[in-house]
Amino acid sequence: MSTVAQVFKETARRMTHDLRHRSWIQNALGKYYVGRDEKKARFQNWQEARQAAAEIKWDAVNHLDKYLEQFVSKIEARGTKVFWASTGQQACDYIVGVAKKHRVRSIVKSKAMTGEEIHLAQALEKSGVEVVETDLGEYIVQLREEAPYHIVFPAMHLTRHEISDLFNKKLGSAPTDSPEELTMIARRTLRKKYCAADMGISGANFAIAETGMISLTTNEGNGRLSTSLPRIHVALIGIEKVLPTLDDLALFLPMLATAGAAQAVSCYNTFIAGPRQEREPDGPDEFHVVLLDNGRTRLLADAEQRDTLHCIRCGGCLNVCPIYKNIGGHSYATTYMGPIGSVLTPHMRGLTEWKHLSFASSLCGACTEACPVKIDLHHHLLQNRRNAIRCKSPWWEKLIFQGFVTLMNHPLLYRLGVKLGWFGQKFHGLVKGTKLDPVYAWTQSRELPPLARNSFKDYWRRKQS
Amino acid sequence: MSEREQILGRIREALRVAAPKPGLLSGPGQRVPPHEKRPTDFRPWLPVVGDSFEERAALFAKNSAELKTDFQLVANRDELQTKLLALAHAEGWKKIATHAGELTNYAFAALGLPVVQTGGRYKLDELESSDAGITECDALVAQTGSVVVTTRSAGGRALSVLPPHHVVLARRDQLLRDLPAAFTALKQRYGSSYPSMMCLITGPSRTGDIERILVLGAHGPKKLTIFCM
Amino acid sequence: MKISLFIPCFIDACYPQVGISMVKVLERLGHQVEYPEDFTCCGQPAFNSGYWDEARAVAEKVLAMYRSAEIIVGVSGSCGAMMMTFYKELFHGTPLEAEAKAHAAKVWEFSDFLVTKLGVTDVGAKFPAKVTFHDGCHGLREVGLKKQPRALLAKVQGLELIEMDAAESCCGFGGTFSVKFPMISTAMGEVKCDSALKTKADYIVSCDSSCLMHIQGLADRQKKPLRTMHLAEVLAKQ
Ligand code: SF4
Repeated sequence: MSTVAQVFKETARRMTHDLRHRSWIQNALGKYYVGRDEKKARFQNWQEARQAAAEIKWDAVNHLDKYLEQFVSKIEARGTKVFWASTGQQACDYIVGVAKKHRVRSIVKSKAMTGEEIHLAQALEKSGVEVVETDLGEYIVQLREEAPYHIVFPAMHLTRHEISDLFNKKLGSAPTDSPEELTMIARRTLRKKYCAADMGISGANFAIAETGMISLTTNEGNGRLSTSLPRIHVALIGIEKVLPTLDDLALFLPMLATAGAAQAVSCYNTFIAGPRQEREPDGPDEFHVVLLDNGRTRLLADAEQRDTLHCIRCGGCLNVCPIYKNIGGHSYATTYMGPIGSVLTPHMRGLTEWKHLSFASSLCGACTEACPVKIDLHHHLLQNRRNAIRCKSPWWEKLIFQGFVTLMNHPLLYRLGVKLGWFGQKFHGLVKGTKLDPVYAWTQSRELPPLARNSFKDYWRRKQS
Repeated sequence: MSEREQILGRIREALRVAAPKPGLLSGPGQRVPPHEKRPTDFRPWLPVVGDSFEERAALFAKNSAELKTDFQLVANRDELQTKLLALAHAEGWKKIATHAGELTNYAFAALGLPVVQTGGRYKLDELESSDAGITECDALVAQTGSVVVTTRSAGGRALSVLPPHHVVLARRDQLLRDLPAAFTALKQRYGSSYPSMMCLITGPSRTGDIERILVLGAHGPKKLTIFCM
Repeated sequence: MKISLFIPCFIDACYPQVGISMVKVLERLGHQVEYPEDFTCCGQPAFNSGYWDEARAVAEKVLAMYRSAEIIVGVSGSCGAMMMTFYKELFHGTPLEAEAKAHAAKVWEFSDFLVTKLGVTDVGAKFPAKVTFHDGCHGLREVGLKKQPRALLAKVQGLELIEMDAAESCCGFGGTFSVKFPMISTAMGEVKCDSALKTKADYIVSCDSSCLMHIQGLADRQKKPLRTMHLAEVLAKQ
């Protein structure tokens, strides 16, 4: 087992025993379920909308070259600088270079999962620039020096008291147990940062090919401020983010908000089509779009799982995932956690080392059902398992399954096995629940049902005679 | 070969194998027949909106109430003036920020307060310390309770998001039915020379990042007031 | 109508009464059943663990066994889903793909068969008890079982159905997942047990014995007063 897999198991074990965490997350998401179902019900037909969204994304991803070129030529025509990055390193180097060239001292960053993916903030900080996360949740986890717990709700795991203590320690604010006051403390602190920042960094939820715009969704307005006040704006965008037309947003914006945050639409959906244009009073003088591959073309080459590039990072699959809810976002130790993370990470970081994530699922399919763009998530988990076994399977497990085939394909042997098992289980009590128990993995926490004296096959034989 | 060519090359290479169409593996409760061509009209699936102005206004009002937007229909300029003055008084405005426009010009004249104009270059701290930002807009969207603003219609990028209170002055005929209508309107108005920023604002700034409890005014305005004439 | 049964391996070995109940109900409704005695397992354990070649070896036999069957009815949502949905994936791109599809079209899960195919909801059962229903994931999402079992339960004399919170969330079994990640599986099971306990029902009923095996095993270990019963058993009570 790889070491990351071992760490995963250990963390998962600890988290699943943390009953406070369990009820905390259940409560936090309880409200979300109610709101999401209510918003979904407003759609005249949610399933049709999903199918349509999936088809549009399919069109976009399966003609990615065409739409990317269109997007780039449109957005460049309005004075945007576009940089193509094959790797995270290239993207980081470029952005650090832009910051250096313009003597940037401080940066405000609006939440971007791509940034997390390539550790952009760390790269910038290393070059001596201050980077402040402006999404409240993201700001909180940045102050705590930990990774986001969730791709949409980064600080969902924390209580107001923990946040109050944190602000008290790091910002010197007076302790409070009011979420409102805590938010205002952050607002005041970050206001100064916005006004002083030289550069704003954002991601994008969509890149519109037809018009050459990026679409940026936030609720807090941090996306607006980070892209309005500083003199340079850099948007770091995965190449899969393109949508063919502006009109497509009429479908995608409500679906993103409904699935991701139980809202009809998010508070600020901002479409940016270049740096400040002539006769416009404000906005950045320079706008850079960094298009990031970083393994995406590899995923694209896997036709079976190409639809994972449809993902709009709504977080809906995390919210319904019973695994995620029990082990929490940090156990994954990945940029993208939850079902989509378990599907993607083995592709992005290596199957051998990360396959455990694809096995750590009961395949309940709640994720697939929740996904607004109909990614066949649990089918992909199965495919990852198949691929993992194909490339390397533990010899003992292989043996077990070969034995399984022999047993199941020889009914007589199977019946004999069941009878032997029935006999053998009388001695099970001697070792049950101990490490000597061959089925310890089950009996450590559960009772095993006994094999019946007479099987169904016995019954059938008697019935026939 | 440039990085651009390399990435595009990898994409083209990857796309030589066709991917299965979406939705083929969906379970029975989620299965719908695939569309022959990718859909372009989403109205049949999006939330319903009535056709008449009254229905649209009623829906906008309902959405506003839910979003904690203050939405008011005003009959004429006199009523607008009365309401604006009442608002300025109630909130103790000392300075406002706005941009040149038919409705905004009228409003700031009516208010008679010191004003920051964002038409040309302006001082950031002046704008930041204003009590309210008063803007016009491109459209209101009944379906979602949203306001559409652009750098051109609403005095730049910052005016509608920096001051603690955003006041929108809209005309009746700007109240559109739904999101598809809003995008059509933007295309019609700007052709291919879009403003560099367009935004769909839906309610005052908000966050739920602390214990999933709703707090207004996370970074943007704490209040959003819309007057529709 | 000639009905061929499929009885999953663990029902055959551990829960024969579930299979027997299904036979009783079908016969009570006047149907003839047959059972290919050589059927052992659908191959799901291997499939879910990534051993698709091994799963195919088992599944090929299953296809052959039921080649001449008209209608195949089984007493598990999960194994049903394996045949209805996952066989198509398993045999995708192999010579047996068409046959896997034809096979899938013949397979029914028991409650779906009664309600959707036969149009029967009242099977003349009587069971005075309070029950809550657990939607097994595969039955729910791959087969589409939601209304069918509830329609059947509604017609059982003396039975009261109390819905639990999050009836649709997974019990944590997940096949080999339950032994590969026992801690996560157990935690999920605990959540399920808690919501079932809150209903104060006498029984948790489900279309899947595998979920029930997990729930019961956990409840017994933790000494929680929970009893489980397969829907077929409820329907066989008179
Ligand atoms: S996989 Fe689907 S549900 Fe999950 S984050 Fe992506 S779009 Fe949302």
